[in-house]
Amino acid sequence: MALRLASRRFAPGFAPQVFRRSMATTIEHTKGEPISTAAEAATASRPPIPASKTTNVKEPSMDKEALTKTFHIYRWNPDEPTSKPKMQSYTLDLNKTGPMMLDALIRIKNEIDPTLTFRRSCREGICGSCAMNIDGVNTLACLCRIPRDEKQEARIYPLPHTYVVKDLVPDLTQFYKQYKSIQPYLQRDSPPEDGRENRQSKAERRKLDGLYECILCACCSTSCPSYWWNSEEYLGPAVLMQSYRWIADSRDEKTAQRMDGLNNSMSLYRCHTILNCSRTCPKGLNPALAIAEIKKSMAFT
Amino acid sequence: MLAQRIAQQSVRRLAAQTPAYRFAAPAAIAMGNTSFAAPRRHAATQPLSDHEASSEILAKQRLNRPVSPHLGIYKPQITWYGSALNRVTGVALSGAFYLFGGLYLIAPTLGWHLESSVLAASFAAWPLVLKAAAKFTVAMPFTYHSFNGLRHLVWDTASMITNKQVQQTGWAVVGLSVVSSLALAFM
Repeated sequence: MALRLASRRFAPGFAPQVFRRSMATTIEHTKGEPISTAAEAATASRPPIPASKTTNVKEPSMDKEALTKTFHIYRWNPDEPTSKPKMQSYTLDLNKTGPMMLDALIRIKNEIDPTLTFRRSCREGICGSCAMNIDGVNTLACLCRIPRDEKQEARIYPLPHTYVVKDLVPDLTQFYKQYKSIQPYLQRDSPPEDGRENRQSKAERRKLDGLYECILCACCSTSCPSYWWNSEEYLGPAVLMQSYRWIADSRDEKTAQRMDGLNNSMSLYRCHTILNCSRTCPKGLNPALAIAEIKKSMAFT
Repeated sequence: MLAQRIAQQSVRRLAAQTPAYRFAAPAAIAMGNTSFAAPRRHAATQPLSDHEASSEILAKQRLNRPVSPHLGIYKPQITWYGSALNRVTGVALSGAFYLFGGLYLIAPTLGWHLESSVLAASFAAWPLVLKAAAKFTVAMPFTYHSFNGLRHLVWDTASMITNKQVQQTGWAVVGLSVVSSLALAFM
């Protein structure tokens, strides 16, 4: 992704607009697939140095009855670009820490290691900033309880297969660009019937339940193996669910164009119903169902 | 000396007034009131737009960024393990089919005997354990891929796609395919 974005920025604008590929309107796939192959070569993941080979930073003053737990956290510093990522260990007393993973991270940053970097904002699962991979599953750190079992050590990584800006902060530029490409806003040509607002029946409004609650934390998209390998062109579960949110909206008049934008081999049909997306959604939404509904409506129109 | 400096400063102030329009209230400009204090800068500046500069730094940074770990660290779950198994078994089955089909086609030219009767006769000579193991190895991918294919057909109608149902049917398919391939192996 980074390579592609960087090269696009400096690419001379020879190609007429028709031949350029925007995200939701991929032209039919031809042999070669230059974008994908280049990305495949560039996405060699640098595995982090394992926690066994790095230090373990402990809490400054440990009580006698401390409930200790070790957190292994993925670290990478852009100021040392050639150094490998590493797993840094921190041991905390859970009796002095809040109940959630985010509390542990904040406590490490405040009291042990101020260089630890992560995104957080609302601490109540409504902003989607603290999305990360905790114990192997993508979730929001603020909604993820710390298991009280001392033996079980927690492992925290950034969202899988993303470019790492620093430590637990992933680069979501591509994700947001893809979201922009589906035109996530109401599109109408005709004015409202009563001249005041676009009305909707209760049944029509109910269709949007389970779709509009998405906070775009990118947990589902980055849990999808298909999105790992094809994030240049496949839109991913989160963006597809938002696309369906506008397709399903009775007030929107660009439904046909929206569906047409998805009707190619990459944007939608790289979904192979793996279903990691619905399994991981920290808000309990069902992107897989939304994608299945899009596929169904495409098949029967 | 002092007069010279004052002259220089007022010239600078005049020059600096043009960009200062940007910060003025539109009303002030409309009134022709441009006598507000112009901000002075004593530092040298470069004619480089913010966007240009930041994007260049960003592009350089992006080249160095590592890809975060993915396959190796994601928790094994029936969803993606089942899906991977579905694809692997599909590839194995069709690969074996094409391989055998191709060999069967060219066998007469090479003088090989791949006829059913010959194969059945040589297979019958194997010990029972080996026979069962070989049959199970072939039957398992076939049954798993077939049963999982049914799940995919159901999903395409946008049903049975809640988390609970996906896990239940996933494990049901695993169990069903093991049992049915055992049955096929000892048939």
